[in-house]
Amino acid sequence: MLRYILRRLVILLLSLFIAAVVLFVLLRLLPGDPANALVGVGATPEQIAAAQAQLGSDQPLGVQFLSYLGDLARFDLGNSFVSRSSVLDEISRRLSVTLPLTLAAFVLALVIAIPLGILAAVKADRWYGLLLSVVSQVGIAVPVFWLGILLVYEFSLNLRLLPSGGFPLRGYADPGRAIESMVLPVLTIAIVMSASLMRYVRAATLEVLGSDFLRTARALGESHTGALMRHGLRNAAVPVVSVLGIELSTTFLGAVVVEQVFSLPGMGSMLLLGIQQRDYPNIQGVLIVSTLLVLLTGFLADILQRVLDPRLRKEAR
Amino acid sequence: MLSRTDMILGAPLARGRAALATLTAVSVLALSSAAAMAQDYDPQAVVNIGSLYEPQNLDNTQGAGQGINEAFNGNVYEGLFVLTDDGDVEPKLVDSYEISDDGLTYTFTLKDGVTFHSGETMTSADVKSSIERVTAENSASSRKKTLAVIDSIETPDDKTVVVTLSAPSISLPYNLSYVWIVNDDAGDISASEDGTGPYTLQEWRRGSALAMVPFEDYWGEEPTNGGVMFQYFTDATAQNNALLTGAVDIITSVQSPDALSMFTDNPDFTVSEGASTTKELMAYNDRVAPFDNAQVRAALSRAVDKEKLLQAIWGDYGTLIGSFVPPTDPWYVDLTDVNAYDPESAKEMLAEAGYPDGFSFTLDTPDYDPHPVVAQFLQNELAKIDVDVKINIITANEWYTKIYKAHDFDATLQEHVNHRDIVFYGNPDFYWGYDNPEVTRLISESESAHSMEEQTEMLTEANKIIAEDAASMWLYLYPQIVVSTSNVSGYPLNGLNSQFFAYDIQKAD
Repeated sequence: MLRYILRRLVILLLSLFIAAVVLFVLLRLLPGDPANALVGVGATPEQIAAAQAQLGSDQPLGVQFLSYLGDLARFDLGNSFVSRSSVLDEISRRLSVTLPLTLAAFVLALVIAIPLGILAAVKADRWYGLLLSVVSQVGIAVPVFWLGILLVYEFSLNLRLLPSGGFPLRGYADPGRAIESMVLPVLTIAIVMSASLMRYVRAATLEVLGSDFLRTARALGESHTGALMRHGLRNAAVPVVSVLGIELSTTFLGAVVVEQVFSLPGMGSMLLLGIQQRDYPNIQGVLIVSTLLVLLTGFLADILQRVLDPRLRKEAR
Repeated sequence: MLSRTDMILGAPLARGRAALATLTAVSVLALSSAAAMAQDYDPQAVVNIGSLYEPQNLDNTQGAGQGINEAFNGNVYEGLFVLTDDGDVEPKLVDSYEISDDGLTYTFTLKDGVTFHSGETMTSADVKSSIERVTAENSASSRKKTLAVIDSIETPDDKTVVVTLSAPSISLPYNLSYVWIVNDDAGDISASEDGTGPYTLQEWRRGSALAMVPFEDYWGEEPTNGGVMFQYFTDATAQNNALLTGAVDIITSVQSPDALSMFTDNPDFTVSEGASTTKELMAYNDRVAPFDNAQVRAALSRAVDKEKLLQAIWGDYGTLIGSFVPPTDPWYVDLTDVNAYDPESAKEMLAEAGYPDGFSFTLDTPDYDPHPVVAQFLQNELAKIDVDVKINIITANEWYTKIYKAHDFDATLQEHVNHRDIVFYGNPDFYWGYDNPEVTRLISESESAHSMEEQTEMLTEANKIIAEDAASMWLYLYPQIVVSTSNVSGYPLNGLNSQFFAYDIQKAD
């Protein structure tokens, strides 16, 4: 197991390096010089040249690349071209919005999807089992921004229960308002996410229900529910965990849309703004940190799978 | 959206306002409620302002965008002069000033008792360093060029600043209204401030909000509110929702007429319109045939029903202009009758100019609103006089390289946001290549005029000539729409140069 973790870690770092290289190349392929965006259309060539010198975008690409890698190794993400402030500081501020948003939505989605998914499988022949699968199918088809707008319409505009967007100036130092402003975004993500998770849970449970080991457990005298709880859950969890890893990563990235709908100062809005302004350090920083988070999630999901399923551990050797 | 408006000519989106009372279409309701509120406002109330224009940093010489002007001009920082809501230039931190007979030396006497937020007293040295911040080599200020005429700045004593120019510049006070007076000990102000305005910065949380509180030692009148919080939105719908739910009291500009219906018929809200300085226009490349022929340009101008276009895009809002000059510029005259809509004569003129069967051209159209819709409208209208428009959609970045830099185009659509920007027609090297020696002379000589009247006279003349010449096709002036809850009053209707003076805003309980 330890060897597996080590090997997996090496792969993680390699992937991160490749991602960093790809990012650098892709960003430089974008048309437009950040210096132009910075000084504006009316600027003289001298002003643009000065801005380029200041930003270092007049350096040869190779030089830019090496200094970029060197900084990355020291986990220095540089300073924003536009705001001049440290990218890492800004990202940590933004993560304090995006991470709780994603994780809370994730947990909520699990709480909704696991019991409902199992119910939909166990009672697949009843009308409510069918209804649950229909509802989850519809849920998958709902675009996340549209759901967000619907929730705002109902809970903010009609019922006046929750703010329609924004985040308090003092952030979590103003906990009541911070939590209030997170409720609708979390709900939005959780609902959409639970719809697809429910389908995975349902499928995995159905497979387990038809399995030999369950029949054997029943034959040995266990009740249907008891057998399902003791043997079924763990078996059904293995495929679900691998999906969870992917889902969590997608949610993290999908937060871009939700943050936009609710005007939340998260990673997503930082990325969008960065792209508009050709603010390379900001874009690179956000993408590197996002990549790292996605890779870490995959890493944890893989480990968790091996904890759950001893057969995988054997294969790994 | 944000970067787009920032990019256009490196200047902030000057959201207009009406100099003329007749242009200010404030509803009767707004006036009566404003009057009623005047007595019983709460001087401690914090006013929440919703905006789509968050500053990128807090230094207006470092590419901070129009949001910094909105938040800080007149509120946190002040200039020697102020560009008022009516488009007038008035002394602010200057007590009095004299201009030498040759127009080359300005002697400013500063106001007494002005202190910075840090507690230091404002002196002539601060003024000198503040002007030099804008003209410095690493400054990205869009005003840098207009101040290049300054030769030297001397400070004979703490209260006196002597500015010597290399050529007369009648617009110097106007241009100085863009220069913040910053404490010369302040250092880097990209994340902090040290100004003289009625508010001090309390806190700025990027991506979210910026709060200001009244400055206790302010030299002038204290604000009629207990502070201001700018709340920033990335999405106009989210901003509108915040106003609907009471999370903000005012939104500084409405960019789409679709959203207005929910406020116009609702007594809880006040919708106010001023005339902006943002002009939507089709710029021809006046260097290339057939657009080098003024008759062709005039014919095209007559073929387009601009009223219908404005109605289609903005409904009952917005203004028609017959030229490039908005009503808030001193040299505005109503020129809507020049080359007005008249498809019959358009066809004749085109035939006279040698194009009886019309012609075809490519219209480079930026990919964001409202340009693609405008392009289609023009395509339909011009088809009626057998002019075939090929629409070519481009990005803002392509616009900059292909059109603004390389002048490689037939015609293009663009919005020009600045106040007092007729001067572009006096520059034959500008992207549209309009070259009329008389206009160039009038515009360049107007800067050395001996009085504002003389300057106004010359620029009015230039304005008339470009209209006769149909130098470009000026489609309409964007409306400037501010919506607030009805218990809030006293805000600027406009915002020339994006300014949003907050100190007179009153909020009732």
